[in-house]
Amino acid sequence: MTLDTNLEHITSEAQYHEIINNNENVMICCGRMGPMCVPVYDDMEELRNEYSKVKFYDMLFDLPDAHVIRNLPECRGFMGLPFTVYYKNGKVVKATSSIQMRDQLTEILDENFS
Amino acid sequence: MEEIYDIIILGGGPAGLTAGIYLSRAKVKTLVLNVGVIGGQMSLTHEIANYPGVPNISGYMLSRTMQKQAESFGCKVISNAKITSYKLAGELKSVELAGKGIFSAKAVIIASGGKSRELNVPGEKEFAGRGVSYCATCDGDFFQDKEIIVVGGGNSALEEAVALTQYASKVTVVHEFDYFQAHKKAVEEATNHPKIDFILNSTVSAFYGSQSLEKVTVKNLKTGEDTETKIDGVFVFIGYVPQTQPFKDVVKLSDRDEIIVNNQMMTNIKGVFAAGDCIEKRFRQITTAVSDGTKAALNIIEFLQN
Repeated sequence: MTLDTNLEHITSEAQYHEIINNNENVMICCGRMGPMCVPVYDDMEELRNEYSKVKFYDMLFDLPDAHVIRNLPECRGFMGLPFTVYYKNGKVVKATSSIQMRDQLTEILDENFS
Repeated sequence: MEEIYDIIILGGGPAGLTAGIYLSRAKVKTLVLNVGVIGGQMSLTHEIANYPGVPNISGYMLSRTMQKQAESFGCKVISNAKITSYKLAGELKSVELAGKGIFSAKAVIIASGGKSRELNVPGEKEFAGRGVSYCATCDGDFFQDKEIIVVGGGNSALEEAVALTQYASKVTVVHEFDYFQAHKKAVEEATNHPKIDFILNSTVSAFYGSQSLEKVTVKNLKTGEDTETKIDGVFVFIGYVPQTQPFKDVVKLSDRDEIIVNNQMMTNIKGVFAAGDCIEKRFRQITTAVSDGTKAALNIIEFLQN
């Protein structure tokens, strides 16, 4: 099961670990095809072209293996989709809950990955 | 780079998409620029049961269907548009998008819709996505077997309160008046529901917690008394505010910041039309937005022919 986006999808825990450990800068949006999630995927599809040093992925929130994101300590208390998590060298540097506007995404990307 | 269209529609909610369907089908070269979520407020509705011809559908699915229908007639839809400037006066209107250049047209429809009204009280922004929500469809299942508050007394508040009972163990509706603005059926369903309680003449005046929302202050608006209540989540449905700020110095607005249009849906500027929740009107429904979009489109076809 994957999300209906043009982003690269993470579908397993093993793939998740491989991606965050083998790439310096990673942004993963974990959600559903809902109204708060889709705008973030759309923004990420466009931001791929502007942030070549960052790898952009999505992950279906309801996948059993998505527990790797659902249960992150940085996502504790989150009660709004999507969960968007930013990693540097395998470590979480920022996580947000619910919809984020494009300006909010670029602010986080610039702050952590520039 | 400049792209020229016959018409540019600013907004991809039911008004903008309906206009897109009618205009594209009439072979009018049409561009829809959508700043936020396709479908606008419609996309946040859990279940739509009063859209004629469609017994039951989620707002999100109806939004996507309208978008596909418009695109099937040749309408171009750009989502997540970041508009940097407008020029609406004069014969040729233009809109500049960040990174995408300038788009020009002989006519424009402003269908910028509305956005959820916020309570604007301490803690509300801090706990958005951490217990405070404006979308039952999106966040309802985070509150499985939890106690929640719904703020509001209109159709959205009472209908979503009922929808949220499929997850929550208890829903308390907090409403500022001692009567509801919702239609009779919504009031009956909510008031007869065993999981729903009501606190009237009251509002939520503050949110507290650590990692997520833990409690709120409920203020009685008649007595001024504050009561702290432990709660897992709060859904706010207290109406909408028109998204007309970018146009306030361009087109004539009412004292409620709604765009004033004539019976052709035209604003005070020739060639600039408006439709949907952003205009001055009494009822804000998907069907009324669709009607506005239709009227604007048909009037624009005549306008362009003349």
